[in-house]
Amino acid sequence: MTDRNIDILVIGAGPAGLAAAIAAREAGIQSLLVVDREKEPGGILRQCIHNGFGLHRFKEELTGPEYAQRDIDRAAELGIQIECSTMVLSVSPERCVTCVSPVNGFQRIQAKAVILAMGCRERPRGALCTPGTRCAGIYSAGTAQRFVNLEGVMPGKKVVILGSGDIGLIMARRMTLQGAEVLACVEIMPYSSGLNRNIVQCLQDYNIPLLLSHTVTDIQGLHRLEGVTVSEVDQNRKPVAGTEKHFGCDTLLLSCGLIPENELSLGAGVILSAATSGAVVDETFETNIPGIFACGNVLHVHDLVDHVSAESYKAGISAASFVRNRHDDLSYFAVADGTGVRGTVPQKIHRNVDCPVNLMFRPTGVYRNCSAVVECGNTEVCRKKSVIYTPGEMALITLKPEDLRNLTGSTLTVRIERN
Amino acid sequence: MKAMSDILIIGAGITGCCIARELSAYDATVLVLEKENDLAEGATKANSGIVHAGYDAVPGSLKAYYNVRGASMYPDLCTSLGVPYKQCGALVVALNAQDRETIEQLRIRGEKNSVSGLRILEHDELLSMEPSLNPHVVCALYVPTSAIISPYETAFAIADHAALNGVSFRFNENVVAVHPQQDGSFRVLTRSDEYHCHVLVNCAGSFGTLIHNQLSDIKLEMIHRRGQYYLLDRNDRLPFSHTIFQCPSSMGKGVLVSPTVHGNTLLGPTAEDIEDPMDTATTSGGLAEVLRKASLTWPDISIRNNITNFSGVRAHLTTDDFVIGPCDSCPGYYEAIGIESPGLSSAPAIAQDLAGMIAEKLNLTAKAEIIPYKVPPIPFRDMNMEEREKAVAADPAYGNIVCRCETVTEAEIRAAIRRPVGARTIDGVKRRTRAGMGRCQGGFCMPRVADIIAEETGISLLEVKKSSGESFILAGSVESFLKGDTKHDGSEY
Repeated sequence: MTDRNIDILVIGAGPAGLAAAIAAREAGIQSLLVVDREKEPGGILRQCIHNGFGLHRFKEELTGPEYAQRDIDRAAELGIQIECSTMVLSVSPERCVTCVSPVNGFQRIQAKAVILAMGCRERPRGALCTPGTRCAGIYSAGTAQRFVNLEGVMPGKKVVILGSGDIGLIMARRMTLQGAEVLACVEIMPYSSGLNRNIVQCLQDYNIPLLLSHTVTDIQGLHRLEGVTVSEVDQNRKPVAGTEKHFGCDTLLLSCGLIPENELSLGAGVILSAATSGAVVDETFETNIPGIFACGNVLHVHDLVDHVSAESYKAGISAASFVRNRHDDLSYFAVADGTGVRGTVPQKIHRNVDCPVNLMFRPTGVYRNCSAVVECGNTEVCRKKSVIYTPGEMALITLKPEDLRNLTGSTLTVRIERN
Repeated sequence: MKAMSDILIIGAGITGCCIARELSAYDATVLVLEKENDLAEGATKANSGIVHAGYDAVPGSLKAYYNVRGASMYPDLCTSLGVPYKQCGALVVALNAQDRETIEQLRIRGEKNSVSGLRILEHDELLSMEPSLNPHVVCALYVPTSAIISPYETAFAIADHAALNGVSFRFNENVVAVHPQQDGSFRVLTRSDEYHCHVLVNCAGSFGTLIHNQLSDIKLEMIHRRGQYYLLDRNDRLPFSHTIFQCPSSMGKGVLVSPTVHGNTLLGPTAEDIEDPMDTATTSGGLAEVLRKASLTWPDISIRNNITNFSGVRAHLTTDDFVIGPCDSCPGYYEAIGIESPGLSSAPAIAQDLAGMIAEKLNLTAKAEIIPYKVPPIPFRDMNMEEREKAVAADPAYGNIVCRCETVTEAEIRAAIRRPVGARTIDGVKRRTRAGMGRCQGGFCMPRVADIIAEETGISLLEVKKSSGESFILAGSVESFLKGDTKHDGSEY
C-alpha cells in the first residue's frame, strides 16, 4: 500500500476536476493530484464528439474532445499529475481517501483539501417504473453515445427516445446521421428539458417529432425490443386511456434526467440538497465538511460545460486558499428557493464576501418576460430581467459584494416575478 | 446417433441443478438440457428468494413435507457453496380482526408441519420489533426460522459443483418431443438436435406438463401465475429486518416486503393467471397493485429509489401440490412438476429423493471420489480495506472497478465467465457478480462487461447478448450502418 500526503486531491478528471486542478495550481498549490476512474482524462466530454462546446468560454465552437483537450493541455503545461484508471473507494470526513488502480494498486491518500468532481449519471428505466418486458435494446442515451462514438457500434436501427434531455436530443441526431431511423422523442412534461438550440438542430432539422405531454407506457419484445406504446399524459402526468400509439422499434433510449453521483460524498458525511441531489455548499463551494469542496455536475446538473469550468475554477481557488489559510468565518446568509425557483446553488453565502457571487438555479416552469429577484426580508437585493426562463436552461443572477452590505436579515430568497 | 446418457434432465432451474448435483455423486453420465442460454432463467431468477419455514403448506401435502425438509438443508448447503443465507425470520401480519383467525390457523398448521419457534406477537411487541410497520396491525405470527437466499446464485454454485463432477449442461436446447423407445430408453427431440437417455427427468418448470402429458396417462393441468415485483436500492437503513408477509389467500402468500441478502428491499409479488408462461412483462396495473398492497404493511413506502421491476411465473398445478417421483405409466421417467412456492425451499430435498430413486432404478454405484466445491473468494465489495489491498496486490485486475454502483472488479467478471458453467451474457455476468445490479442499472458498466465477455469467449462485440434468443445488445458496426449492411435485420428480433 502507498501512503501519501498531499495538499489537494481532485476526484474526477472531467471538465470540473481539470478546471479545479488548474485553478489550484495557478494559485500556487504544488502538491496536487487528480484521479479518474477512466483510462484517459476528459470525462464525459470524450464521447461528446458534436460541437457547440466553449461558446462562452472560448468564443468558438469546439467538440467535446477538443474542449477537454484544452484543459488537459493546460494541466500538462502546469505539470499537474493525473492518475487514470483509478477508482476512489472511500473519502473520510478527515479527508483520507482510499483508491485502487491496476497500475498503482491500493492507495491511501491523506489530503488537506478534497475537491469532489465525480459528475453525474443518467436516470435508468427502473427509476421511471416503466412497465413491460426486460428485453435488450433499452439504453440510457449516454450509454448509446459511448457505443456509437467511442466503440464504433450501433445499438439499433429503429429508435424511440424517451425524455428530451440534451443527451437524448444529441443522440437523436447522431443515430439519424449514422443511418438509424429515429421515430420520435417522447417527453412527459409539457416542455422539453433540453436546450432550445438542440431541439431545433437535432429534432426539427431532421423532422423528428417531439411528443410533449407523452410517455412510454409499455415495452414489448421477448429477447430484443420489438416496440413501445406511447400514451398522452394528463396534467398530473398520468397516462390518458385511449391515447395509446404503437411504435415498432428495436431501440429505446432514455434521456430522463441526470443524477449527481454522490455516493462518495455521502460516505464522507457531506450533506446533500433535496432539490439538486448535490452537496449543500457556500459561495466558495465548500461543503459542510471542512476542506471538502464540490463542483460541476456532482454539485448540480449544468446545461453548458462552460459554466461547469467557470464554477470549478472558483472551487479550485477556494480549495487552494483553504489549504494555505483556513478561514473560520461562520457567519452566513442562507439562500432559499422562492416562487418559481428550484435548486439554487450556493445554498449559503458568507456575509462579508469580497467578490461577486453567482446564484444558479432552475426555473420550475416556463416564465416569459419575468425577473429573477433576490430579497432579504423585505429588502430587494438584486433583480435581473429575462425574456424567458425555462427549466431546460439554468438561470444565473450575480450578487455584488456591495449588494450584501448592511442587510439585517439572515436569508436571501430567490424568486421569479412577472414584470 | 447421439451418445446415450444414463440420465437426461430437462430444465436447469434450481430443481434441475440440485438433481444434477445429487446424481453427480454416482458413476453415471448426466446431461442437463436447458432451453434458455443460462442457468436459472425461469422462475428461479424471479421469485421472492425466501426459504420458507413451512407453516403455510397443508399438513400431509408434498409441499409441506419437502418444504420443511428442504429448508433444513439450506444452511449447510449455502455454507458449503459460499452463497448467502440469512435467517432473518418472518412476520405474517394480521391487518384486521378477521386476519387473527388466519394467523392462529397458520400457527396450528405450522406446528403440525413441525415448524419450530412459532409464536403470536401482539401489537406492541410487534411494533417494537419492526417500527416501520403499519401501526394498525393487530398481531402477527412470528416465524424465526424463515430465511432469505439468492436463488440464482445458489443455482449457479450447485450447477458448478455438478459440472465439476462431470455433469454436462447444454443451453439453447428446447425439448419439443420425447419418445419412449422399445428398449425402455428415451429419444428426446429438441428444436435443433436429438438426444437419448435411459432415465428422463422432467424439471421443466412452467413447461413441465407439456412433457408430462406426452408420457403419462394421468393428464395434468397447469396455470401460469405471474408475480410482479419492485426491487429498491440499498439504503442506509432497510425499512424491515424481517420478511413481512400479509395473510395468504388461495392465490398465494400475498404481497411481501422483505430485505434481500444483498441489502435491497423487495416488494411483491402479485398473482395473475396468464396464458403465456414466457410473458414476464410487468404492467402498470400490476405494479400499482404491489404498491397498494405493500403500503398496507409499510405505510411510509417510497419507490423513489426503485432500481428495477421484474416478474416471474409460478408453475401452479390445478391439483395444488407438487408431483414428484417416477411415473407409473412410463418406466424410466421421473418428474418434479408444479414446483411453485415453496419450490425453492423444497428443491434440495426433492433432489435428494429423486436422485435416490433414480440411482436405485439404474443400480448406480457411488463415485469413489467426489470433487469438493471450492468456495470462491468473497466479493471485493464485501472485503475490508486490508483484504482489498491484498487482493489488488495479488491480481491487478482487482484494481479495475468495472461496476461502480456495486463495486465489481474486472477480476471477478473474468472469474464469472471462467466458472465451470460460466456466464456468457450480460445478464449472466450480472447475476453472478452483481455488475449492473446497482442504481445506474448498467449504464456505465454494460459496455465494459460486453467487451470482457467478447474477449474471454472469443466472440465479436456484435455477438454479445443480454440474455437468450436474439437478445443482441448491438445491431452492427457504424461502418456497416453507413453502407446499409447491418448484421441483424430488424425482422429477426
